[in-house]
Formats: sequence, C-alpha cells, structure tokens
Amino acid sequence: MSLNRREFLKITGLIGLGIGVSGVNLLLRGRVDASEFLSSPESLVAERWAMVVDVNKFKTEEDYRRIIDACHSIHNVPDFGNKKDEVKWIWTDEFEHAFPEQQNRYLPEWVREKPFPLLCNHCDNPPCVRVCPTKATFKRKDGIVAQDPHRCIGCRFCMAACPYGSRSFNWRDPGPFIKERNPDFPTRSIGVVEKCTFCVERLAKGLEPACVEKSNGGLVFGDLADPNSNVRRLLSTHYTIRRKPELGTQPSVFYIIGGEENA
Amino acid sequence: MLDKALIGSRRYWIWIIILLALIGIGFINYLRQFNYGLGITGMSRDVSWGFYISQFTFLVGVAASAVMLVIPYYLHNYKKFSKIVILGEFLAVAAVTMCLLFIFVDMGQPMRILNVILHPTPNSILFWDALVLNGYLFLNIVIGWATLHAERKGIPPASWLKPLIYISIPWAISIHTVTAFLYAGLPGRHFWLTAIMAARFLASAFASGPALLLIVALLVRKYTKFDPGREPIQTVGKIVTYAMIVNVFFFLLELFTAFYSKVPGHMHSFEYLFAGYEGYGKLVPLMWISIILAIISLILLINPNTRRNETTLVLGALAVFFSLWIDKGFGLVIGGFIPNPFETVTEYWPTLPETLITIGVWAIGFLILTVLYKVVVSVREELGDVEVEH
Repeated sequence: MSLNRREFLKITGLIGLGIGVSGVNLLLRGRVDASEFLSSPESLVAERWAMVVDVNKFKTEEDYRRIIDACHSIHNVPDFGNKKDEVKWIWTDEFEHAFPEQQNRYLPEWVREKPFPLLCNHCDNPPCVRVCPTKATFKRKDGIVAQDPHRCIGCRFCMAACPYGSRSFNWRDPGPFIKERNPDFPTRSIGVVEKCTFCVERLAKGLEPACVEKSNGGLVFGDLADPNSNVRRLLSTHYTIRRKPELGTQPSVFYIIGGEENA
Repeated sequence: MLDKALIGSRRYWIWIIILLALIGIGFINYLRQFNYGLGITGMSRDVSWGFYISQFTFLVGVAASAVMLVIPYYLHNYKKFSKIVILGEFLAVAAVTMCLLFIFVDMGQPMRILNVILHPTPNSILFWDALVLNGYLFLNIVIGWATLHAERKGIPPASWLKPLIYISIPWAISIHTVTAFLYAGLPGRHFWLTAIMAARFLASAFASGPALLLIVALLVRKYTKFDPGREPIQTVGKIVTYAMIVNVFFFLLELFTAFYSKVPGHMHSFEYLFAGYEGYGKLVPLMWISIILAIISLILLINPNTRRNETTLVLGALAVFFSLWIDKGFGLVIGGFIPNPFETVTEYWPTLPETLITIGVWAIGFLILTVLYKVVVSVREELGDVEVEH
C-alpha cells in the first residue's frame, strides 16, 4: 500500500491525537483532590483562623527563642547560618521594620526597642496566592494560606508579591542544615518556597500551633468569625494593629500595642 | 531552507564555534546550578529575582520591537522595509527564545515547569506571560519562515499569512504589557507599583529593540553582500530616536511623582539606584553610566547631522542599547527589591556562574539569530538580490 503525503499526515495526526487523549486520560484517572479528604473528628476547626500577638507578654530573649525554636525544630526549618540562604517561618524584628509606615521617632523606647514576632499573616487577600502560576500556594476554607511544596516550580513570584517578607526559598539543599530531623514532618527539597502554615498538621490532630503552645499566652490563636472566641475577646478589649493594612491584604495576625496598664 | 545555514565561510564557522563554546560553558555552569541550587547565584531571600529575570524583562522588549517594522511595512505599505522586516521577525524569534530560556534557568524546580500548563491558573500573570510569549514565538517563526519561503519561490506570500501578521501586531504589544503586569500589580513594591510601567516598558522596548536591529543590520551589511539600504536604516534610526525620547520622558514622570510627592516608599528605590540608600550604593555607578549613555544617545540621535551620519548613528544606537540594558536589564528588577519590605537593604550582584549562564543564554540567542539571518542572506544571494560571496 502506498500513501501519498496527505494521507500520511492524516494518519499520523490521528495517531498523535489518540496518544494525546489516552495520555491525558491516564494522567487524570488517578487524580484525587486534597479537598476530598475529610478532616478527622479530633481536629480543630474554625471559619477563619487568626492570631493575636501580645508583645507585652514577651519579657526576655528566651521568650522569643522558645517560640522560634518550637516552630523551626518541628518543621525541619534549616539553619544555614547566613543571611543570603536564610529560611525562616517565624522571627523577630524591631517596630520600625515590622511597621515601617508607622515610623515615629518619638515613640516610647520600649516600643522602639521591643522585638516583634513576625510570621506569615495568612491574609484574606493573599497576593502570594494571586500570583502563583501553579496553585502551589492556596488559601484554605479556614483562611490559612497553605502550600504544596511538591507542586511549587520555584519561580519565586510569591516572594516578590508578599509585602511582608514572609516567604523563604530553598536556595540550597536544606537537608544537611537541619539540626535535628523531625520524622513526622516532611523536609523540603532544593528550589521550593516555604513559610509558616499556622501548623495545619497540628490543627488536624487537635493541637494549637507550636509557637502558640510555647508562648505563655503571648500568642493567642482562635476563630475570628466566632464573636466569643479568645481572639475576638482580645480584639474587642485592646487596641491592635496589623502590618501594612493600607495594602488591603487584610492580615489575620494582630498586634496588641500598649503598655502593661492596658493589658 | 535551513540547509543554507550549513554552508558558510570560514568566518561564519569561527563565529558559530565561538557561540557554541560560550553555550557549552553556560551549560556546564547550569548543571552546577542544577545540582547546588539557585544559591549559586547572587540572589537572596531579599533580592529573590536577579540577573536572569532582568535579562528576560529586557529581551521581551527586544522581541516586541519587531512590530516597529511590521506596522510601517504591512499597515502603512512602507515598501522600503521590505528587505529588513524579516530581520525584525527573526530577531523576535531569537529574543523570545532567550526570554523563555531565562525563565527556565531561573526556576528552582525546572523539571516541574509544565505544572504551569497542568494546573492552569488564570489569576497568575505568569500563566498569561507563558501563553503570550509562546504564542509570539510561534507567530514570528511561522510568519518569517513562510514569507521567506514565498520570496524564494518568487510567489506572493500565502493569503493565510495576512491575518497572522495582523494578529502579531497587538500580540507584540501584549507580550510587553503582560510582562509589565508581572511587576506593576504587586502591592508593597512601590518601585514597580506604577500605572505607567507597561507604557514605559513599551517605550524602552521600541528604542532598544530597533537600536539592536540597526546595529545587527549594519553588521550583516558589513560581513555579507546583503544591503538593507540606506533609507530603511535611517527610518529605523528615527524610530529609535522618538522611542528613546518618550522613554526618557516617562522616566522623568516617575521621578516627578516620587520626589514631588515625597512619599518615602516611592523615593527609596530611586535613591538606592542613583544616590545610594542608607550607605548602600553598589548599583550607583552603573545607573549613572546608563544616564550618561542616554544623554549621549539623545544628543547623537536628535541632531539630524549626527543621525544621518551612519557612524554616529551606530554610536547613538549602541548608547541607547546599553543605556536601556542597564536600566531594564539590571536596575528595574533589582531596584524593586531594595529596600526590602522591612526597609532594610540586602544588596545584589551576580556571581560568576550566574554571569556565565547568562552569557550562555545570550549565545543561544545569537546562534539562533545567526542561523536565521544566514538563511535569509543565502536565499537572497540565490535570488540574485545581492552578489554572491563564498
């Protein structure tokens, strides 16, 4: 049988189409969406998770150290020992760096010099989620901005988009720089972005975030949608501020500012 | 027609071998980066995009600029561009290929790059950028190749090409607009958060792209017998002149808004780039070279005597190209990250492997450009448009 050019092209085109269709079918058949999994009965649930940071409760350097270590050790956050490769989920900085638009040189000394715990704000309108080209970072129904490190392509668009500097990138293999590996939590590979997740893995087991647990009441975690929740009670009785509210991201981490007398 | 690229003079092959060597060096360094991670570059937590993404941004402009030849030729029937319009289209092919490669080498997990297609996300500008860039590459390959093929056969280009050519015009605008949107829609990055970003991008693109085309066209004339003609070169020179004036004007608009309003966030990056910020000023000398080159280029290009003289015209085009390469291929992206969201400074400078990878990608672009231009020149030699030289 001899084929002319046109017939040959027709047949190869049809075969190609067939392979393509069956390939797509193969890829999609085993697909399961994360949302198909039900949460276990013991898990903590909320309509909108939020955190209130009461810096007055942080007295010594050890108070900060404890929450940072708790987070970084259970989440296998590497310590590279240099600023260039740095990966961090929760850390501290001064008021003028945490709230640069609130600069005021006449602030009381204790405000100017107090370290403020900083972490992902789990925004209502997260710019990182908006820009991610693969939905590797996404907002859960309970407001937590989570991410799938296995889907992340490492484009770092989210790092450019986050106005809070909350995201870190694995510039190198983090493995050798994890002090003590926690086998219950995944380590990340080279070339992906990571950040605080409000401890989704602990919430699923009915536990509060690790930093909250170790904060002696300095960090309060709860449901923003519930008027009787602990966070709502604090918000209705204290003056709180959020980082860069003018950007419209609606952060869900609140900071109580004010001396002991207001606490 | 591609076989024409396999027959060339000694000089042609030496040039090809130099490019291949640079590509090889870049590739070896890319393998090192692939193993070690992007930590091999000068990028950091604070300056999370560097040389690669800035080269990508600059080259999108070069690619888009083909439209500056397509519009006069196809929409205004400016026949004098008939010989060089294909040079613009093939320059776009080389430039878009470099853009895609620069995005690729910037990926932390390049093996997963198809996730962009597997999980399409229309709210991400990067998704649209991938679409428009690939579409533009396809359009220019098809249009350039088909018109050249028709020219070789001595027949008019196929009728189905016309719609593609018309589509390619807004498409060219779209690639640079979408690229500007990567930056211009990010809250908290004051330097980029400006409505004029896309317009500024287009102005600088229409200056730097045709400037490069002018230089390359004159190089082709020098080393082959292919002559684009004096008048088309002069017209391209005028296009560069107007676009450069508009580009400088847009830049001054940015300066006015920042420094008359005195909003700190709007001023900081400009201060860092041109004067130094809180004692940091690694990019200051480079940015001033860019400004000086811009001024020199405007003097050479606006003055009709120096614009008509081809030597000074080329100098003007070189000044435009390098001025804008520094401005967009360096300052614009890096400057947006400094100061960081905490208003502190982490500086950036590319490392050696990063530079070699960058040169490697440029060499791939020039290899594509050389091969495509060689085909064009050979086809025209065959047709007797130009004298044959072997």
